[in-house]
Amino acid sequence: MTGYLIRRIGGALLVLFFLTTLVYGLFYLAPSDPAILTCGKGCTPERLADVRAAMGVDDPIPVQYWHFLEGLVAGRDYPAGPDVRHCPAPCLGYSFETDQPVTTLLLDRIPVSFALALGAEVLSLVFGIGAGMLAGLRRFRILDRVVNALILAGYAVPVFLVGLLLLLLFCVHLQWLPFPTYVPLTTDPLLWAQNLLLPWVSLAIIQAAVYARLTRSGIQETLAEDHIRTARAYGIPERRILWRRALRGALLPLVTLTAIDIAGIMTGAVLTETMFGLPGVGQLLVGAVRQIDLPVVVGVTLLTGLIIVVANAAADLLYAAVDPRVQLR
Amino acid sequence: MIRVLRKDRGFVAGAVVAGLMVLVAITAPLLAALAGQDYTTYHDTLLDSARGGVPSGPLGGISGEHWLGVEPGTGRDLFARLVYGAQVSVGVALAATALEVLLGITFGVAAGLGGRWLDAGLSRVIDLVLAVPILVLAVSLLAIVPQDWPRPLLLATVIALLGWGGTARISRGETLTLRTRDYVAAAQVSGASWWRVARREILPGLTAPILTYAALLIPYNMIVEAGLSFLGVGVRPPTPSWGQMLSSATTWFRADPLYVFLPGALLFLTLLSFVLVANGLRRALDPRQTEVPR
Amino acid sequence: MTLLQVTDLRICFGDKRAVDGLSFSLEAGGSLGIVGESGSGKSATALALLGLHQSAVVTGSIDFDGTDLVTADPRPFRGARIAMVFQEPLTALNPFQTVGDQIAEVYRLHTGASRRAARARAVEVLGQVHIPDPARRASAYPHQFSGGMRQRALIAMAIACRPRLIVADEPTTALDVTVQAQILDLLDEVRARTGAALLLISHDLGVVAGSAESVVVMRDGRAVESGTTEQVLLAPRHEYTRALLAAVPKPGTRSFEPGEPLLRLHDVRKHFPQPRRGSLRKPPPIRAVDGVSLDVCAGETLGIVGESGTGKTTLARMMVGLVPPTSGSITFDGVDIARRRGRSVQMVFQDPLSSLNPRRSIGESIADPLRLAGVRDPRARVVALLDRVGLAASEYDRYPHQLSGGMRQRVGIARALAPAPRLIVCDEPVSSLDVTTQAQVLALIEELREELGFALVFVSHDLAVLRQIADRVAVLKDGAVVEIGKTSEVYEQPRHAYTKELLAAVPVTDPAEARRLRALRSATN
Repeated sequence: MTGYLIRRIGGALLVLFFLTTLVYGLFYLAPSDPAILTCGKGCTPERLADVRAAMGVDDPIPVQYWHFLEGLVAGRDYPAGPDVRHCPAPCLGYSFETDQPVTTLLLDRIPVSFALALGAEVLSLVFGIGAGMLAGLRRFRILDRVVNALILAGYAVPVFLVGLLLLLLFCVHLQWLPFPTYVPLTTDPLLWAQNLLLPWVSLAIIQAAVYARLTRSGIQETLAEDHIRTARAYGIPERRILWRRALRGALLPLVTLTAIDIAGIMTGAVLTETMFGLPGVGQLLVGAVRQIDLPVVVGVTLLTGLIIVVANAAADLLYAAVDPRVQLR
Repeated sequence: MIRVLRKDRGFVAGAVVAGLMVLVAITAPLLAALAGQDYTTYHDTLLDSARGGVPSGPLGGISGEHWLGVEPGTGRDLFARLVYGAQVSVGVALAATALEVLLGITFGVAAGLGGRWLDAGLSRVIDLVLAVPILVLAVSLLAIVPQDWPRPLLLATVIALLGWGGTARISRGETLTLRTRDYVAAAQVSGASWWRVARREILPGLTAPILTYAALLIPYNMIVEAGLSFLGVGVRPPTPSWGQMLSSATTWFRADPLYVFLPGALLFLTLLSFVLVANGLRRALDPRQTEVPR
Repeated sequence: MTLLQVTDLRICFGDKRAVDGLSFSLEAGGSLGIVGESGSGKSATALALLGLHQSAVVTGSIDFDGTDLVTADPRPFRGARIAMVFQEPLTALNPFQTVGDQIAEVYRLHTGASRRAARARAVEVLGQVHIPDPARRASAYPHQFSGGMRQRALIAMAIACRPRLIVADEPTTALDVTVQAQILDLLDEVRARTGAALLLISHDLGVVAGSAESVVVMRDGRAVESGTTEQVLLAPRHEYTRALLAAVPKPGTRSFEPGEPLLRLHDVRKHFPQPRRGSLRKPPPIRAVDGVSLDVCAGETLGIVGESGTGKTTLARMMVGLVPPTSGSITFDGVDIARRRGRSVQMVFQDPLSSLNPRRSIGESIADPLRLAGVRDPRARVVALLDRVGLAASEYDRYPHQLSGGMRQRVGIARALAPAPRLIVCDEPVSSLDVTTQAQVLALIEELREELGFALVFVSHDLAVLRQIADRVAVLKDGAVVEIGKTSEVYEQPRHAYTKELLAAVPVTDPAEARRLRALRSATN
């Protein structure tokens, strides 16, 4: 177990290191100088030098990168005019654009993205597994076909297209819902849910198709296994075989997927958040990319990498917990 | 196999539509010329400035001259923009997939056939690529790169460089399975070199799994391209793309629903046709395989 | 009293008739063996007894203790009065449930016992099938059991509800010889203790000979012969039964004086490193082959016998240079085998389907070693080889999946012969074949050996096959040779205890001899 953890954490750090290096390196290959952008029109060379020092971009790139890593682990100090501004660990620097600490910006946005991902995941699990079971048990042929068609269609729609159509239908045409504007959960839970409903549904439609497919094939594959025949030969009732054995075999892969998918939705929420104007991490990224706001972009990349790495580890642990045959190594 | 595919109605329909879309993409300049339009010319006269630039006339300004109407705000011909959009969508998706398959097979087979250290090293690289949040990194990358680089080619390259992990993982897994088959051992006993084994015994066995996977990668990459264009980091205006059109449609969709509907429907139809092709291939080639791009 | 009376049973899958008018009967507490090759309908019959066919049409009557199981609902009988033991013990148990829970579940279902009582019963029956420390092992999952233990657990499940009939469908096919003998002995013991009747289904006459009082020989869905075991096996009336008995390997008659050593193995070892599990310390490697020294002489046939996991396949692969040894030397004609691949040494593999590339025609597969040896247009030579192994020239362009198992193995032999090797290493070449096909392929190998004079290394788990074909035999255990010598000497005067155990476990078709061996086994245990 200890060996497993050490290897796992080592691998995770490697991924994160690779990601930051990539983004950091690429941003400095970019032709635009963030200091000039920040300094604005009528910028004097003296002022530019000050700005550079304040932004921490006056050192050579490897030195900057080293400071960045240092800041992550131990925190760092920024010169701010005559004073020094301390940024505690894990320090991701200050936004070039708004001058706020990136850590604060991210912490503000994470709950929104997480709520979006979690809600969508719950919806898709419920509908996906339900539809997959109906199709897998082959009780009703028409239902089977409908689900199959929906599964295929689910692969063929981008989330922003679903979102647009849902907006068009429910907000413009039927006018059942107001246009979504994000309301924090703490302000009004009901409004919060109402405004997240369309983003949830548009993500869930696509995700549910994946789950439906997996559930369906899982049930069918498990039912063809030898131990099901044994159960039948020993008189175990069909209903019990279905619920206790076939479903268990079918849902096992889903358990691991859930963790990875929540991470996938969170990191892939760029589109959904832009579409519905949700102030999540993805929206932050799109804004930062447009403004060449390096610390924010690096911060978001690092955060998404971290989410994925943690989710993968969680998936492994979950898998070992639900399947007695799996050994962690 | 061809007989099985021919009986699969979904596959046939998908193949016809997908083929049609590829044809449209190739002949886009011809089609636009046929309609007597191009995708850059503004037609201010066709817009109703009182309503903020919505096309005058019913159904987004459909007329004998502008077969599918004009774009709100600019008045550019929608038909021309849609067929040129097909070029970007289909072209980028196909090119990215081809590159991914090439990279994936090279890395996967090398890892699968190589020794312990080569395999360990390449597997780490593959794991890294698989762990990369594709959309986040693609958005960052595309925003950084100088604006004057050829955009569609860049899109395909970025998508492929971030997305070849899946193909590599499958190639590696299949290679590891195939190399334990006795016919590979038989070839080795007779003195065949590794290169000959890879070429004659391994690669033919990879065709079916890679083909089914790659067939699903095409629509997946198409969705990624549309998403990137939707976010404004795809092709540069005035080059049209369906994702970009949908993005600008978000501001117009109350006033001009057709402007959402046309690119949306085209995108959906194209995606669906490629998914149907992939689904048919999977059923015909490998009924048990369940791997799907994520 | 008759417990089971099957009359005119017919089972159809669509147009295909798997069983076509089968009748037999079984006394209460008796034992009946059904013997047949693959496709004879014997397994379909077993499944029909419990109504386990999903899509087949079953007609005729299966009278079990006064109830016709064809028309009546078979569900109350399943597991309670008729219990089944299946072939693949690994997949026959639910991987997500502990062994004890699975047995207890069945017991509670049929008796309505309390959880505690069911658990106690599970532990009790696990003890009855000689699983050590049953109270603790009941909490283990199937994957934590060995193959033989899983089969014991399945038998425990079968006897949990005290059934009147146990149906065992090829219960030992996936197991090693010694384990097979243990399981067969256990079934015999269970029958004596519980008074349940046993219906034993097998492809192996030897398995049935020692365990059944009467026998039904099946072919193409019909019973060609039935009677007491003595009658059928000692004085067969039907020609198919005779052919089956004739196909059982007989002790070889060739007397061969070994020539010069051709392939020499000196203190050969192969260690596979184990992955680190959990701890940081490196676990000791698996010693697949651990210090083997032997010579293969020109023209001789060396048999290598061993059970699964004894390293015999690794040893065979090292002999042809496929696997490099960790230490020691393997030389062919004085030259390291790694540099002698191709023409001089060839290999025939166990699974003829896996040893032929499914995407290439068999002619191409045979032509491959010829091309590598520098032959420009090998077609004529390939056709000659096909003819030599008894295949038509027209098979050249067919693909492996279009051929039967025996034909595929002939192709494998032709491919090995192609570069005219001086040594052929065969790794279990006949163990995936039916008895009669096995006899034909063995005869072909013997014939080719006489004609071409190559040396042969014949690796097998089957002592009877080796006794027929080998001049010398090496007995392998835990990666080392425990005994090596002339075949007749090893079989008649085994010196090592393991050799004796192996020989006592070999199934034989003579019922009297089978009983003698069983007595011998129970005496040594």
